[in-house]
Amino acid sequence: MERGKLLDNSNKIKLHADDIDLTFGGVRALMGVSLEIREGEILALIGPNGAGKTCMINCIDGFYRPQKGRIYFEDKEITHLAPHKIAEMGISRTFQNLALYTGMSTLENLMAARHAKLKYGTLKGAIYFGWAHNEEIEHRKRVEDIIDLLDLEPMRKKPVGALPYGQRKKVELGRALALEPRLLLLDEPMAGMNVEEKEDMARYILDVHDMQGTTILLVEHDMGLVMDIAERIVALDFGQKIAEGSPAEIKEDEKVLAAYLGKPKEG
Amino acid sequence: MGLPCGTFNAEYREDMAILRTRTHWGLAIAAIVLLFTLPSYLSNTWLIVANFIGIWIVAALGLSLLTGYCGQISLGQAGFMAAGAFSCAALVNYGGLSYWPALIVAAFFTGGIGLIFGIPSLRVKGFYLAIITLAAHFIILFVILHIPALQGTMGLNIAPPHIGSVTFDSHHNFFYLIMGVVIIMTIITKNIVRTKPGRAFIAIRDNDLAAEMMGVDVFRYKLIAFFICAVYAGLAGGLMLGYITHAHIDEYPFMDSVWCLGFLIVGGLGSVAGTIMGVVFLRVFSQLTYMYLAPLATLLMPAGMGTAGFGIGPFTYGLIIILFLIFEPRGLYHRWEIFKSWYRLWPFAY
Repeated sequence: MERGKLLDNSNKIKLHADDIDLTFGGVRALMGVSLEIREGEILALIGPNGAGKTCMINCIDGFYRPQKGRIYFEDKEITHLAPHKIAEMGISRTFQNLALYTGMSTLENLMAARHAKLKYGTLKGAIYFGWAHNEEIEHRKRVEDIIDLLDLEPMRKKPVGALPYGQRKKVELGRALALEPRLLLLDEPMAGMNVEEKEDMARYILDVHDMQGTTILLVEHDMGLVMDIAERIVALDFGQKIAEGSPAEIKEDEKVLAAYLGKPKEG
Repeated sequence: MGLPCGTFNAEYREDMAILRTRTHWGLAIAAIVLLFTLPSYLSNTWLIVANFIGIWIVAALGLSLLTGYCGQISLGQAGFMAAGAFSCAALVNYGGLSYWPALIVAAFFTGGIGLIFGIPSLRVKGFYLAIITLAAHFIILFVILHIPALQGTMGLNIAPPHIGSVTFDSHHNFFYLIMGVVIIMTIITKNIVRTKPGRAFIAIRDNDLAAEMMGVDVFRYKLIAFFICAVYAGLAGGLMLGYITHAHIDEYPFMDSVWCLGFLIVGGLGSVAGTIMGVVFLRVFSQLTYMYLAPLATLLMPAGMGTAGFGIGPFTYGLIIILFLIFEPRGLYHRWEIFKSWYRLWPFAY
């Protein structure tokens, strides 16, 4: 666990969610969940199906509006900001079920994610030569770095709709990275992958974390992987936080065990 | 998106260019030369067809950005063209402007109208947006009909536009004007779709929720798409006015809005080249139908059944759309892509 210590700001709070309540009609998806993500850490969010993990991510990036509670990102409140504003501030995400722009190529998908970073407007885009052209080249370089990092070169110009599932997951990670996030929300990046692909994905996530110091919130069901790469773990069950701590602590936590395996019979 | 064998890019600038090899440049220049010498080969009938093709290409390119790229369906393109034609005519007749500045102002004014009808797109999609834009068509025509100054049933006339001593009063002269505008608008459209706004449009079309999460202000870009679409329509309407020197609401029937959508379906949604192919194909086809099929149909119909010639146009048009939707929903452009990839590898199988 040397990784966390490389960054000396591990006690700074990157994102702070305070007492979040989220209800859909009669369903209480989140009940008073508080969450702190520290600068430069990999925090895993675990819990059985329907525990509210994805709801939590959706609250953070502005897709859902929590009924109660506040969310602060780098000491600025983001609870009621529009999702695209939150993205501009530096929070990026991947989706549990792929949400790529299937009509575009891999390269265009990543370039599309740099939308907020590109300065020129529609008029300059229409004229193209000069301003827009130079800026496109500038940003193309950044995108190529990500393509290089994720080994996406062979599918650079292929339409994403024609790629196999594992590759699409990678493109999604790439698209999230193209936004140059300071907080990366990964919603089950390894769902539906085989062991080899999972290991690759874990390696990419660790690379991103080590090279860019990106703070990462990871939702994942594969416990082995979570225990390996997360520095801290928060466990949810039925919309409530049941445990928080290091992987070793979570492994031993009675509430977590009960949530996953059921309570041992009395007597 | 392959390159011819043996050609490699060393810089991003080369990779991003549209014309990437010497052959591309040669073909592009040859095409432009051919286009501008076209009036000397064409009969007057076909020159008129070519001029209308040019005007419709401008309108269809706008709709292509809105419907093909941004995924927001619109059935009001002919209505926006009417708005462009009438506002241009009014600016010339009452505002004292000459045709050219009036054309530009009218195009942007039409863009403003497009913005208004784009607002509902925040809440509604698909069918419902189609109905709203359909309403836009009829609302615009209704308003034009009921503004006394626009002389709804009579229409407005203008003098043929001119630059210096060149007056655009013949089909021949107007051809050059229209094709000049078509080339400029095609380049602008291509630039829009390959840069930030174009990617935002496609992002909205393919996955609007993801687009919002990835930093695209979805509503803003939907409005931009509506604005651009209406500007193109206004420009096309203004050109129509300059060409026939007359603005009348009968020139902009609802069927033309549907035609415009048909151009996109036949040509291929979400492609600039496809849009042009669609317009050329359908307009040429409809002219051929009018010239050969309509007299035949009238001949074959039993006496007293009226003129089948009028019915045969919409009939074949509908048939073509249906056939394309069933057999080639990705349009002519997809066929062209298949041909290109085959040609690149020829004579090898793969």
